[in-house]
Amino acid sequence: MSIYLDHQATSPMPPEVLEDYTDALAIVGNPSSIHRAGQAARSMLENARERIAAVIDCEPIEVVFTSGGTEAINTALKGAVWAARASQGGLRPVIVSTAAEHHATLDAVTWLQHNADTEIHFVPVDALGVCDTVEYSKALEAGPVTLVTTLLANNEVGSLQPVTLMSALARDHNVAVHVDAIAALGYVPVSFHALGVQAMSLSAHKVGGPVGVGALILSRHYQAMEALHHGGDQQRSRSGTLDAAGAVAFATALELRENSRAHRFTELESLRNRLREGLSAAVPEIITRGSWDSRLPGNLHITVPGCEGDVLLYLLDERGIHVSTGSACQAGVPEPSHVLVAMGVDPSEARGALRFSLSYSHTAADIERVISVFPEVVDHARRAGLAAG
Amino acid sequence: MKVLVAMSGGVDSAVAAARAQDAGHEVVGVHLALSRMPGVLRTGSRGCCTVEDSFDARRVADALGIPFYVWDFSQRFAAEVVEDFISEYSEGRTPNPCLRCNQHIKFQAVLERGLALGFDKVATGHYASVVEGPHGKELHRAATWAKDQSYVLGVLTAAQLEHCYFPLADTPSKEMVREEARARGFLVASKPDSHDICFIPDGDTRGWLAERVGVSTGPVLDEKGDVVGSHQGAHAFTVGQRKGLQLGFPAADGKPRYVLEVRPKTNEVVVGPKEMLAVSELAGSTMSFAGADPVVSGLAEDCSDEAGFGCSEFECQVQVRAHADPVDARARVSGGELIITVDQPLLGVAPGQSAVVYVGTRVVGQCTIDRTVSALAPAMRAHA
Repeated sequence: MSIYLDHQATSPMPPEVLEDYTDALAIVGNPSSIHRAGQAARSMLENARERIAAVIDCEPIEVVFTSGGTEAINTALKGAVWAARASQGGLRPVIVSTAAEHHATLDAVTWLQHNADTEIHFVPVDALGVCDTVEYSKALEAGPVTLVTTLLANNEVGSLQPVTLMSALARDHNVAVHVDAIAALGYVPVSFHALGVQAMSLSAHKVGGPVGVGALILSRHYQAMEALHHGGDQQRSRSGTLDAAGAVAFATALELRENSRAHRFTELESLRNRLREGLSAAVPEIITRGSWDSRLPGNLHITVPGCEGDVLLYLLDERGIHVSTGSACQAGVPEPSHVLVAMGVDPSEARGALRFSLSYSHTAADIERVISVFPEVVDHARRAGLAAG
Repeated sequence: MKVLVAMSGGVDSAVAAARAQDAGHEVVGVHLALSRMPGVLRTGSRGCCTVEDSFDARRVADALGIPFYVWDFSQRFAAEVVEDFISEYSEGRTPNPCLRCNQHIKFQAVLERGLALGFDKVATGHYASVVEGPHGKELHRAATWAKDQSYVLGVLTAAQLEHCYFPLADTPSKEMVREEARARGFLVASKPDSHDICFIPDGDTRGWLAERVGVSTGPVLDEKGDVVGSHQGAHAFTVGQRKGLQLGFPAADGKPRYVLEVRPKTNEVVVGPKEMLAVSELAGSTMSFAGADPVVSGLAEDCSDEAGFGCSEFECQVQVRAHADPVDARARVSGGELIITVDQPLLGVAPGQSAVVYVGTRVVGQCTIDRTVSALAPAMRAHA
């Protein structure tokens, strides 16, 4: 039996979601068609939109379905810059972000910097991966800033960002905020209105929905020019035939995950804490990364001195335990994580990174099994490191 | 046994992995990320470390149903292969980076990590064979000399040979390997062979070196020391090179001229007629034996001295380039050097190249050439 501890990469689809998804896939009709088949599909889609809006505390019209998190983030950031350029005349757009963003954000803003004459200000993070709000305030004051973009929860080290404070500070300067809530969704409360942000990116497959489905939550006041032109659907920000079945599956997955969060958050957190304690007791040299005051309940991120992350990954994989080295590979080549580097971790130490991401489906036995094999895995990886280092 | 197959994304290593699996071994595939150019696509037929090659390797692993990983050895590759290549050229020598990669990366870094992770052997798609001899493992030429790659494996030691596995050893032709890949449904069946140097994707070695070593104009001298032209940096030249000399006026005898010597310290390139390239002896102090040494193998008498291992002269053949023909020679180890005397003068031998010594099909060992002796003049022509 394998133990899947990589829910932040993608989370398996529960049977209820699969059932709703396949049922919906069998229903014919383009939600934009006028006939009754189209109306039925539209009804299914709008119903899903309302269910999602109810969970994340926004208005249904604010839910813009996308093909996933990457598209949501790219639309939010590029759309805002293009809209600002159109409305601000010659003023150069300025984005304030943090040094520990997900690659979807990092790469999108870097593209804007090189191709759309946009200024990017990366606010440093502290040793726990949390945005330095003093530096952040300075960046806002140095303005004028077009847009702030930040993670809600860091996808690698699990630290939560002070988004409510960041959005309040941005509001003082009349600056819109986009938040990437993809890693946080289903694990901590995600309320669009309570966060006080104007745009938020979400992905279905991280909560057990299908891959290829996501949402960009857009307040009516957030200007995002569309990149895909075809009819100006969904707040004129995202055109294209709407994926009604995907939306239904996303809604069901999100509701289930929210239900788990409401009732089993503490249980998940205890399992993760047991894993932390067990691994630390077994191999005392490991260093746990990220904030412990404000953190995703299922995330444990460690670096193992003297080991290569990909060797640890291989040895755990060989024993049927699926984990990640943290950051997604660039073309299959593991790079020292920019998040760890931004936190001040030495790149050589960063190479020994491992991320365990748990969800609500694990048992105590799973965790004990991981703890029991860990010392031999580290021992083996050290020898491999010494041999090939 | 547990076999780690180094899968480049090419057809040879794909078939090697399949054959290892057919032989009943537990096989895991690994693609080596050697260049720090993530996202670079293949251009032409060069390279084995682009993103496309990694995908090709992964698809073969999928087809075989074996686990597959990408291992990053780019730092070691940069330090031990690329830096060595630059420093050797800067010193007027002509290195073979494929050989260095086999020596330090594939059969050292990867092998050591593989052994530490519980593997018994590392397999590659090289055309060469390892056989059990009377004194341990021996490295031999492949069944077909046209594809034989034993030259680039000549640096392997006895300890490394214990754990090498070359499933393509007995295949008579590359076309048969491609045919087998097609029959197995591998998409890489018709993929072109890679050649040239993988870390110089456009094949412009001279331009690539100029960027790293710098450009500085220096004289081209003839064998008498007269200036006959100029160049943009001595490092760009190789002994035996004829093309790209751009000499101002023809030689007195009207015959083509060749690079005879590269002098990086004074930034001089010496040219002369082809006959002057002929060498009768080559020697180097950085040597290795692919298995039992010549004494243990019964080829020569032990003459070890204070310089270390030594042995008397034995009949052999020597090969100085991957695709050169082997020539009859005699070899001995004396004064800490492997000294090879060729029966017929050999042309175009550059310091930095490896001289691989064969007895029959067996690779006995090799040295990196430090110096050569001209077949014409009795005086030794030492290369820095």
